[in-house]
Amino acid sequence: MTEEKLSVSKIVKGTAIDHIPAGRGYLVQKILKIDPRSRAVIIANVDSGKYGKKDLIKIEGKYLTPKEVNIISLIAPNATINKIENSEVVEKSEVKFPDVIEEVLKCPNLSCITNFENEPIVTKFTNTKNNSVQCAYCDSLLKYDEIVNNLKI
Amino acid sequence: MGSINTENFKNRDIISSKDFSREELEFIFDVSQEAKEKPEKFRNVLESRIISMIFFEPSTRTYQSFQSSAKSLGCDLIGFSEPTSSSYAGKGESFHDTVKIFENYSDCIILRHPAAGSAKFAAEISKKPVINAGSGFQEHPTQAMLDLFTIRSEFGKIDSLNIGLVGDLRYGRTVPSLCYSLSNFDVQLNFVAPDTLQIRPEVEEFLKNKGIEFTKQSNLDDLINDLDVLYATRLQKERFVDPTEYFKLKGSYRIALDTVKSAKENMIILHPLPRVDEISTDVDKTKFAKYFEQARNGLFVRTALLSLILG
Repeated sequence: MTEEKLSVSKIVKGTAIDHIPAGRGYLVQKILKIDPRSRAVIIANVDSGKYGKKDLIKIEGKYLTPKEVNIISLIAPNATINKIENSEVVEKSEVKFPDVIEEVLKCPNLSCITNFENEPIVTKFTNTKNNSVQCAYCDSLLKYDEIVNNLKI
Repeated sequence: MGSINTENFKNRDIISSKDFSREELEFIFDVSQEAKEKPEKFRNVLESRIISMIFFEPSTRTYQSFQSSAKSLGCDLIGFSEPTSSSYAGKGESFHDTVKIFENYSDCIILRHPAAGSAKFAAEISKKPVINAGSGFQEHPTQAMLDLFTIRSEFGKIDSLNIGLVGDLRYGRTVPSLCYSLSNFDVQLNFVAPDTLQIRPEVEEFLKNKGIEFTKQSNLDDLINDLDVLYATRLQKERFVDPTEYFKLKGSYRIALDTVKSAKENMIILHPLPRVDEISTDVDKTKFAKYFEQARNGLFVRTALLSLILG
């Protein structure tokens, strides 16, 4: 925990995303489309009392929108978002699994219209709240634990 | 019939069977019955209307019955029955652009496309109503309407019937639509198929959420004596990884005279057609065979739908 505090405190102004499952930090970085020129770092495989190992991300100079916060839940359902100002955590928030997910997932059904090339269509999934999300176009179900394999990144 | 009237259907898309309530279906069936009994009442009522039929996949019954219905209603038809004659295939035009073009040229689009979700996407693109005439293996809502219309015509009701669906329940597009439509009624459903061709998870989940009772099994013989409706679908050889598995299974779902010898007196056999050999032609002559009447009913249901949407 000392290491975590140290990492977070090093940001002057920005966001620290904590409790990302180990090995998934790069996915969070990709899904948030963090500008590669920005000051951001993934700290991988930090010891965690609760989860064994975890990843952390620190992003200098960026605050997350509520939509971005909820998209993180697709990869890291237990993530905590720390908003940092003047090197202090001023706000902590939990991620919430969204009811509707647009753009970031690809449909697992290869014959879904959303997988056709050259069609101007944005994927849309709704949360069935029964361990899966459902494609709004073809109705296919995608289980929560398959989501990380169907990210559009 | 309560608050349902023709206004409920004006310029309405028909995308999914999930979008139609019991009351709406019953209203459509009443109009379909009228189209069956008094065809003259529908003659040329849609004169000067133009309908686009854009079929990216082959079709016999759906295409021809929509065309026949539209012509008897007095509509003009444009479009294509195979994509090779369009810019879609010839010049690589997108599905999106094809729909936009036909939206400009007609009052309604009747669409068949191999992609699941194509009809929903088309309805988002087009300001004109879109009728889904088959969206990949996802749905075929007007087929479900004519299936239910046939069941209602034969039994005078749909409630309390025991219905068996047999064959390729996974990739047959009529099956999900039939299940969604039947979920508005108090029915028992039985799905008979090998595991690999059993009903898709999203259909199963939908039925569970609606509280519809259903069973899943692989043997038709155990079930047939209890059925009121036997709905057969074609086993599609191309769906099998191992062809020997196809030849082994196809016999077990073949409906022959022997299969129906102990069926209920008033049981009916339906099939969306085309059939290959899943129903023996001997069965055609029995009182159980209603699949040609079912195909005929497609005309009345589609006449009713077009007159409601464009009337």
